[in-house]
Amino acid sequence: MSRDVLVLAGHDAGVPRATTLQLLTLARRWGRPVAVHLGPGAELAREAVAAHGAAELLVLDDARAERHPVVPAVDALAHAAAGRELAAVLLPAGGEGREIAGRLAVRLDAGVLTDVTPGERPEEAEQAVLAGGTLVRAAVVRGVPILALAANAVAAEPLAAPAETIVAPLGLELGEAACRTTVTARTPAPQGGRPSLAEARAVVAGGLGLGSAEGFALAERLADRLGAAVGASRAAADALYCERALQIGQTGKVVAPELYVALGISGAIQHVAGMQGAGTIVAINRDPEAPLLELADLAVVADAFEVVPALIEELERR
Amino acid sequence: MHVAVCIKQVPDTWARQSLRADDGTLDRAAVASVLNELDEYAVEAALQLAEAAGGTVTALTMGPESAADVLRAALAQGADAAVHVCDPALHGSDALATSLVLARALERAGADLVVCGAESADARMGLLPAMLAERLGYAQLTLADALAVRDGIVHGERTLEGARETLEAPLPAVVSVVEHANEPRNPSLKAMIAAKRKAIETLTCAELGIEPARVGLAGAATAVRDARPRPARQAGRRLVGGAELAAEIADFLATRATS
Repeated sequence: MSRDVLVLAGHDAGVPRATTLQLLTLARRWGRPVAVHLGPGAELAREAVAAHGAAELLVLDDARAERHPVVPAVDALAHAAAGRELAAVLLPAGGEGREIAGRLAVRLDAGVLTDVTPGERPEEAEQAVLAGGTLVRAAVVRGVPILALAANAVAAEPLAAPAETIVAPLGLELGEAACRTTVTARTPAPQGGRPSLAEARAVVAGGLGLGSAEGFALAERLADRLGAAVGASRAAADALYCERALQIGQTGKVVAPELYVALGISGAIQHVAGMQGAGTIVAINRDPEAPLLELADLAVVADAFEVVPALIEELERR
Repeated sequence: MHVAVCIKQVPDTWARQSLRADDGTLDRAAVASVLNELDEYAVEAALQLAEAAGGTVTALTMGPESAADVLRAALAQGADAAVHVCDPALHGSDALATSLVLARALERAGADLVVCGAESADARMGLLPAMLAERLGYAQLTLADALAVRDGIVHGERTLEGARETLEAPLPAVVSVVEHANEPRNPSLKAMIAAKRKAIETLTCAELGIEPARVGLAGAATAVRDARPRPARQAGRRLVGGAELAAEIADFLATRATS
């Protein structure tokens, strides 16, 4: 009989996140997917979770799980793991996923790998280390493998017919220790309707070559045309062309979108570390010597302020 | 209040780095080592929090002998004491083992507040602060860019997944800070000279009551099977010109359409 694969089923007000559906798709490959849902909204989540193959949906319907970060999820996963024969525990690497994975690894004394691309078996996965320039095939050699997967590491695929998901309460009462840290206020930042940088399938990033915060708006305009997220080089973030949160690189976010368009980014190792896993790279730079042009699938030696407005017009026409 | 700050020596992020062919660990001989950049903010945060509360700061690291350099730097910044866990048995420790060692050293030091950088620039796993909180049974307040302690409660602010959050947690606690959480101070020449006279306490696994079999490559729950350089990307097509290239670029994007 196939073993269970625990999946932390993150959601926004009951709507499963894209990463949750990716994790369930992967879980099907390795065993019997068991989704763990924290907070209200499980009824809303049920359909999509079933469509992606969850055999069980275990629910901790306690609103405190939304106010107190990390530990309730660790308690819930540890509770669900007890007494089960597990093939793996899968979490998203983004947000608090890595921290939940780390604490669970301590509790279960089991190996944990974060920001991984899955291998053939749950015991093996690929990680990019050392400024992203080295790919490591890493293995979990003790305990149930706990994997925090990089966004878009697996494509979500619904089943032809949804699974008959058993929905059941998790049967856990959160204790005092789970509720010590409290989020006292949360203000969602306006994203202008753009996808989040970490999960976007396309990213347009701007660098020092855009010259100013006003110039940086060019990257935003192209991103909106392409339905892409906006990113920045460290130099552009340091120069305050944009918010710090947009920084991609060795310090900052690591992204692996299908399409990466760089405007006025020279391509220091610092930056390349954060984006070299991209599927297709388009680099536009006035300087023919810019190192990023050497990595690009399409290298455009041109002034971004000439070519990008024309490109936006062209894309609008099509 | 006794504040401990956990710091790490890492290879310089601006240089090319490699793993050793024999055991898949970092080739420290091949590249200059520096203080993990995020840890500069952690040290500054620890100093500011201790200064506000009239407390002291202990800097803690685990690593080979050369790692004492980062403790010297922290002492020069203003840390009062430094602890270096240094033992050949620790070579190749994974995150679980590292958190075990640091947790034991922190229990021994008796810190009310543990400050860490959010992640190290080499492994980038970002696991350690949460693992320490789990092992110590402390509350955790991570990824903060602003911190303050009032009446035994640590208050923090952070941006997580696009949302701005305000958090609080009772001491004892583990906190982690992100880049630009503060302005790390430059040590004065006088402070640097004074730091040279401060003693660094060195501890082994035995002194922390940890069996060598639980740490290092032998005690690791994860292993590196093999490592290879990321396949070099081939330079693609190159276009030179101006606005007239728009149609050609749009054609290229159409062939690589994502959805």
